[in-house]
Amino acid sequence: MIAIVDYGVGNLFSLLCSLKSVGAEAMVTGDADQLRQADKLILPGVGAFGDAAEKLRNTGLDRVICEEAANGKDLMGICLGMQLLFEKSYEYGEHKGLGLLKGEIVGMEGDIPAGLKIPHIGWNALHFVKPSPLFDGIRENDCVYFVHSFYATDCDESLIATAEYGKELTAAVQKGNVCGCQFHPEKSGKVGLSILRAFCEG
Amino acid sequence: MITKRIIPCLDVRNGRVVKGVNFEGVSDVSSPIDLARYYSRCGADELVFYDITASFEGRKLFTDILRDVASQIFIPLTVGGGINTVEDFERVLTCGADKVSVNSGAIRDPDLIRRAAQRYGDQCVVLSADVKRVDGVFRVFARGGRENTGMEAIEWIKKGVSLGAGEVVVNSIDTDGVKNGFDLEMLEQVLNAVNVPVIASGGAGGVKDFVELFTKLPTVDAGLAASIFHFGEVEIPELKKELARNNIIVRC
Repeated sequence: MIAIVDYGVGNLFSLLCSLKSVGAEAMVTGDADQLRQADKLILPGVGAFGDAAEKLRNTGLDRVICEEAANGKDLMGICLGMQLLFEKSYEYGEHKGLGLLKGEIVGMEGDIPAGLKIPHIGWNALHFVKPSPLFDGIRENDCVYFVHSFYATDCDESLIATAEYGKELTAAVQKGNVCGCQFHPEKSGKVGLSILRAFCEG
Repeated sequence: MITKRIIPCLDVRNGRVVKGVNFEGVSDVSSPIDLARYYSRCGADELVFYDITASFEGRKLFTDILRDVASQIFIPLTVGGGINTVEDFERVLTCGADKVSVNSGAIRDPDLIRRAAQRYGDQCVVLSADVKRVDGVFRVFARGGRENTGMEAIEWIKKGVSLGAGEVVVNSIDTDGVKNGFDLEMLEQVLNAVNVPVIASGGAGGVKDFVELFTKLPTVDAGLAASIFHFGEVEIPELKKELARNNIIVRC
């Protein structure tokens, strides 16, 4: 069973359906016991980092996720959920993340050439940095769908793929049983479904 | 680099797609689900569903269909038509829409853009503007292009973006249906005025019009069309091949 962590952020309908379409048993839950019993966890998220981090802390699910990850359970963060895996974010202030991966979240503004639009919205090609089982069914330069204005930096330790948008932006990360996608695999067609399948079956 | 997007738009009335011809492998061309699946398989980068139903029952049917589409098709979905309140956003987002496009609703109540952007994020709010030249000035039209609001279009679009719209669809009433190319003059002015993605709509008659759009206006993000896709005049795989041949970056 794959548990999608429900902490009151975002619409999880498509994600749930995409997991079912690759043959996974999946549920959306904010219940700590169900999260502990699940085989794997997915941490979704859209919106602002500060609000999401606070919701995770208020529900106590931050501790559950960190404990389960420390016990070796597979965990995938998606979009803001990936950003939350890192130590901190500078999105409108300074906010503490889960600290499961080394690195921090910064804004694109000023970091990418002027004239490039922010947010980075659309389909962009993946460039592999390190091999990962998540990429088993896909190829270099396959496109995935991004929507974000902030990105992970100083994360060489876990960086497995980038996408070029004025500079090489962090697209996917993995360190042991903890991984994340900045893009939306549940909105990235066949390529995205392949990544989700690899996570579910891996 | 980010790819240029090709977006078919499906007009839905009472649960059925309004216009179209039969495609190979599509048993029911007026079924939103069959057609959405077909476009997704062909390489459409995003789909827009425009609800032109007026009745309450029709709206309910629309959201049921949206849920079906979103449960089977895993590319971005944008929904427009009859979006007047934040509750309307909620209604379609919970059924699997990723973005919501506002038009007349935002003209009546511009603050809707701000409230929706605050709640769901800028990336979720698409400002769709129907624009027409009146005495040499670009004016915004409401109610499906029937009513001149008197507002100057570029100023309105800038205002919408400053209120939180994360994307803009510019539909030129002047070129819509003419099939002689996108309204490059109008689009260029919008591109110079805002720094969010701009989607061109109205006027595409063939593959060459998309090539011209992306070649002459390299900062435009996407081309949207309806009937030329539904009637098979332009097939997306061929369109993308031709764009790639012209060094325009597309998702294959």
